[in-house]
Amino acid sequence: MRQPLLALLAKEPAHGYELKLALEQTFGQAYPSPNIGQIYVTLKRLEQDGLVRSQDVAQDSRPNKKVYELTQAGREQLAIWVTEPIDGPRVRDEFFMKLVLAPLAGLADRMELINSQRRHYFGIMRNLMDMQASMDSATPAARLLVEGAVLHLQADLDWLERCQEELV
Amino acid sequence: MRQDPERCPAREAPALLRARGLAKVYKSGGGSVEAVRGVDLEVGVGEFVAVMGPSGSGKSTLLHVLGGLEPATRGEIWLRGKRVDGLSPSAWAVLRRKHVGFVFQFFNLLSTMTVADNVELPALLAGASPKQARKRREELLEELGISAKADAAPSRLSGGEQQRVALARALANEPSLLLADEPTGNLDSANTRDVLRLLRRAHAGGQTIVMVTHDAKVASLADRVINLFDGMIADDAKVVPAPRNKATVRNFLELRG
Repeated sequence: MRQPLLALLAKEPAHGYELKLALEQTFGQAYPSPNIGQIYVTLKRLEQDGLVRSQDVAQDSRPNKKVYELTQAGREQLAIWVTEPIDGPRVRDEFFMKLVLAPLAGLADRMELINSQRRHYFGIMRNLMDMQASMDSATPAARLLVEGAVLHLQADLDWLERCQEELV
Repeated sequence: MRQDPERCPAREAPALLRARGLAKVYKSGGGSVEAVRGVDLEVGVGEFVAVMGPSGSGKSTLLHVLGGLEPATRGEIWLRGKRVDGLSPSAWAVLRRKHVGFVFQFFNLLSTMTVADNVELPALLAGASPKQARKRREELLEELGISAKADAAPSRLSGGEQQRVALARALANEPSLLLADEPTGNLDSANTRDVLRLLRRAHAGGQTIVMVTHDAKVASLADRVINLFDGMIADDAKVVPAPRNKATVRNFLELRG
């Protein structure tokens, strides 16, 4: 959550609730944004680390709001984040472990495991397709997120087919 | 293969299409290849069934045999309660004209005829009057959003438009069964969406559809998915939408930073 908030603040100073709205508008309902509490906690930590600073702004008939802006240190850290390639696993998978190990102990039949997993994937695909069909007015980022999920699911299904070819 | 409750779902409607022990063997040189090896299936009236499986699993062969484009080597095919596997090619042609519409990956439109004539031809062959054929063609092209192209040659149309014409032609005689072989296999994603919307609309109107596809997005829209493997059915199950909390983008992609 830290870097996205820094990135939004690099555009313009904002208070916590504005940041939440900006995330929601950009990524859409398909990807629910963190709750406001998480955003306030993250902002507080960023401030302790010297990456943002805040200013109390008085409002008529309401409590003051804290408006955050990026510091020079924050700007530098953001620049590093933006230019660095991303390491680490892109996919977490639990099914493959089950598929390989469970039949060894006689706990399950591979074809049945594959079939039941595939049925589950198809059910999810249906939901994603329905989601996609109702996204005409969504932002490009929100639509691309759903498309990304669809493409990952397709890769999962292709992998399942390869497992079926090799292991069954 | 063991049975389980979701497998081979009980048909609420009477079976429109039934296959028993269906097999297709191709002889090549000295040897033979068994492309379909003993398929049993039932398709209910109004059902939308997708057939999936790896390349070479026999899915297109199965569809062609079910529609009589190629003779079965063994087994039975029943359509509308009548056994049809022994029909001659010409008897199959007559049967298809009235009861089976086909859509192919590469559209297969007649290039020397206009769009309108392509769609009217099946009705005329089935004995409709020119007036009836024209009326039906106008309705279909209107419904599929291609009325403006009625007088064009198919080659002037985009792939998506050609597939819509092919769909109109397949539906011209209100067939009992629509067989579709990779109908979106040659289309970009926008045209795929259009063709799928039309297939879903036909299905909503009661059209029975059996569709071969390698695309899981396309298959997930069917009522039921059959998975072929080595010419046999490895799985046959309804598509049951997942619980909402299992089907969020976050289950696939966790945005970090």
